[in-house]
Amino acid sequence: MQILDRRLNPSGRSLPNRQRFLRRAKTLVQEAVRDASAKRDIRSADSGGEVSIPLHGIREPSFHHGGGGIRDHVLPGNKEYREGDEIQRPPGGGGGGGSEGAQDGSGEDAFRFVLTREEFLSLFLDDLELPDLAKRRLVEGSDPAWHRAGYSVAGTPSNLSLARTMRNSLSRRIALKRPKPAEVLALEAEIAALEGDPAAAERLVLLRAELASQLKRSQRIPWIDPIDVRYRRFEPVPRPVARAVMFCLMDVSGSMTEDMKDLAKRFYTLLFIFLQRRYKHVDLVFIRHTHEAAEVDEETFFHSRETGGTLVSTALEEMRKVVEDRYPPSDWNIYAAQASDGDNAAGDSQRTARLLIDTILPACQYYAYIEVGRDGEHGMPGFPRGPTDLWRTYEQLVSAGAPMAMKKVRNRREIFPVFRELFAKRGILEEAKG
Amino acid sequence: MNAPVTPDELLYQGADWDFATLMKIHDACEVVAHRDLGLDVYPNRIEIISAEQMLDAYASTGLPLFYRHWSFGKQFAHHEALYRKGLRGLAYEIVINSDPCLSYVMEENTATLQALVIAHAAFGHNHFFKNNRLFKEWTDARGILDYLEFAKGYVADCEERYGEEAVERVLDSAHALMNYGVHRHHRRTIDLRSEEKRVRERRAHDEQMFNVLWSTLPEKASTQAIAGDVEKRRALLQLPQENILYFLEKSAPKLTSWQREILRIVRNMAQYFHPQRQTKMMNEGCATYVHHRILNTLHREGRLTDGALLEALHSHTSVIMQPDFDDPRYSGINPYALGFAMMEDIERICRDPTEEDREWFPDFAGSGDPMPTLRHGWAEFRDESFILQFLSPHLMRKLKLFHLRDDEKQPALRVDAMHDERGYRRLRRALAKQYDPAWTDPDIQVTDVDLAGDRRLILEHRVHSGRLLEEQEARQVLRHLASLWGYDVLLREMDPATGASLKEHAVSPPR
Repeated sequence: MQILDRRLNPSGRSLPNRQRFLRRAKTLVQEAVRDASAKRDIRSADSGGEVSIPLHGIREPSFHHGGGGIRDHVLPGNKEYREGDEIQRPPGGGGGGGSEGAQDGSGEDAFRFVLTREEFLSLFLDDLELPDLAKRRLVEGSDPAWHRAGYSVAGTPSNLSLARTMRNSLSRRIALKRPKPAEVLALEAEIAALEGDPAAAERLVLLRAELASQLKRSQRIPWIDPIDVRYRRFEPVPRPVARAVMFCLMDVSGSMTEDMKDLAKRFYTLLFIFLQRRYKHVDLVFIRHTHEAAEVDEETFFHSRETGGTLVSTALEEMRKVVEDRYPPSDWNIYAAQASDGDNAAGDSQRTARLLIDTILPACQYYAYIEVGRDGEHGMPGFPRGPTDLWRTYEQLVSAGAPMAMKKVRNRREIFPVFRELFAKRGILEEAKG
Repeated sequence: MNAPVTPDELLYQGADWDFATLMKIHDACEVVAHRDLGLDVYPNRIEIISAEQMLDAYASTGLPLFYRHWSFGKQFAHHEALYRKGLRGLAYEIVINSDPCLSYVMEENTATLQALVIAHAAFGHNHFFKNNRLFKEWTDARGILDYLEFAKGYVADCEERYGEEAVERVLDSAHALMNYGVHRHHRRTIDLRSEEKRVRERRAHDEQMFNVLWSTLPEKASTQAIAGDVEKRRALLQLPQENILYFLEKSAPKLTSWQREILRIVRNMAQYFHPQRQTKMMNEGCATYVHHRILNTLHREGRLTDGALLEALHSHTSVIMQPDFDDPRYSGINPYALGFAMMEDIERICRDPTEEDREWFPDFAGSGDPMPTLRHGWAEFRDESFILQFLSPHLMRKLKLFHLRDDEKQPALRVDAMHDERGYRRLRRALAKQYDPAWTDPDIQVTDVDLAGDRRLILEHRVHSGRLLEEQEARQVLRHLASLWGYDVLLREMDPATGASLKEHAVSPPR
């Protein structure tokens, strides 16, 4: 008889099977993930969790009897039945206590299981990519990373490598035949034992001489010599820029309703999750504006109300200032998402366009504009609302080739498709168009 | 208990255990198993695993290593979700029919549970695997682990060569037909260990055979001769054939050799599991009876504390719980409950028979020691025949069994037999039938191939009691079958009494 401990064996033996399963059920799972994410709030939008997919898509078929014919059941726990009794069929047609249907679990119509955070996100963000991600990825930043690189003879005490130092010391002591403390102690003990024994006087003299020479040698050859000391050496390695800042710009003037803000928030959330997947570090900057702009925290950004006119250029101006102060474009990947209902003061369009073209767009990796509107607004036949001021302004920029994207969103349902359209891999987008 | 128990005599105290404890428990169980029960077991190998590894093992039908397929991932995801939510606990153990006999036990188990598991799996199941006729004839306990290794490697190799999707398609199709990958009636010796060596020989032989059959080159005369003569054709193709996977492996014209080999792997696995399907109730009954006897004996001898026995009994009783048919928890007859009840009942009949028992079981009623009878039963029977032979009126009354007949043509269900003098035998026959795969699985066979025409494969479902196939899934399975066969497939559902065709399903291969 043998007992083996298998607990330390590599776990995740069924991981390849799980991956095959997810690949197989990909379309179904993806739908489920999108449904699930629509119901979540910002904070937990990117955690993993349970999803359920329809069972029929992943069923493994087999031959089995359908309904009908004569079926026999032997059941335990008879209470009052006698032979020949007739019993009405239970409603729902599941004859004989419903044991037949439950045997293979076909009674369930949905298959539930848990996805990890990673799986959830990769399905959620599948076939999306960041535009121009490579542009700055390899640019060297000013902030180097330190990597271990062997040992050196000079350094700070905190980097002292004790193990390496003692190893050198030991080999030097052995090479130079420094007496071991135990040997010295043994000599001393022997001398102490022979002390006062006249017969051993001659031997005592010899021993004393040896002890003296040993002690002298111990003093000459130090325990640790400066040449033994080693320090751990670090080398600076230039670190590619792998951090991003995301600017959320939003019009908070009276014409923006809570619903519109909610739409904008959802869009920002998606973008944030998406950036987090690609960058180790993502900063968020919230800039709200009416006729004047200010940088605020998230809470204020989404929930406080302002009154005033609408000047989009003020927000862009504020963003330019923040970029100048804190986020040099050489070190940061800058993303901006602007949400607005499209209103802008009549005289501001020119200024907005200039600001965008001259300063903002060159600094940004990507600039997305979403125009939010009330649900059903566009559904009024006979009263088509023309494009808004801001939309017209931006449209001109885009047609002139500016690297920005713009979309209209009216309803929560549209957020995800719009987001996907904005970030879809080029090939896929073109396929969809063609 | 007469003498006060000293801690030395106890196998363990409290819930903690280490390897030495397990060893002690195993040795103590072994003594009881040999001395009192006369069991004959394979050498044991006990492996300690974590909960996650247990889930892994669940996913691959309990085997320690298995080829890769998405359906196992689905299983895993399903079990994991249930386990995480706390809806379902994990099994305490999994035991593999191999030599040495592998038992996986969970690290979370208490010392008492480990004792229970060792007695249950390492002796109960182990004895059953080694002695039952079905396992002896149909499975190769010595070769299974090596064969699993080979199968896993072979499938992985194919995936690398031909792509995961191509392999997946074949496996999907083969899995759909897995229940029809078994030789039910005539025995073949199985030697899994030489499988690998035989792969090549088989290929050569098959290819020769195919040249004759499917050659489109000028050998017209002979092909037509074969096509014309039904008897000759059937003999050549070994028709009718109940083992559909076997037939496809040998005769499907369009499969390449690696696809045939994968069919063979699935078929061998189906064959390996076939005895387990047929003996589930007895196997669990045997193991439950054995652990019950062993633990009680150990307690009587002062090797287990009263607390430990109570803990074991608590697990024992929840395992053999049988809800009544009208209980919301009812989901069929619990194999542990029926199995254990039958074993205990046999013990009762041997030790303390009533007049009725003597009349029903003259062979062994009042024989004293139940073990010879039980060991004989465990060795020679399967669930169906075991029930036919050993289910006593006493037990039928105790379980209050009754037989309900659901005839589509009648307006109401009818109680056909119950636990009384008139009903015992009919009730017992009806229950036995429920454990017979030949009755519960639809009876489907390959009957003919249209060699002269479009190479259509013809299957027949012999319909019993008017139970037709569930159409939607049947068509799905037929699509899988057609994709393996390469040409059209026709399934005819016919009444064996009159030969009349009741329903037909025709499917073309997906292209």
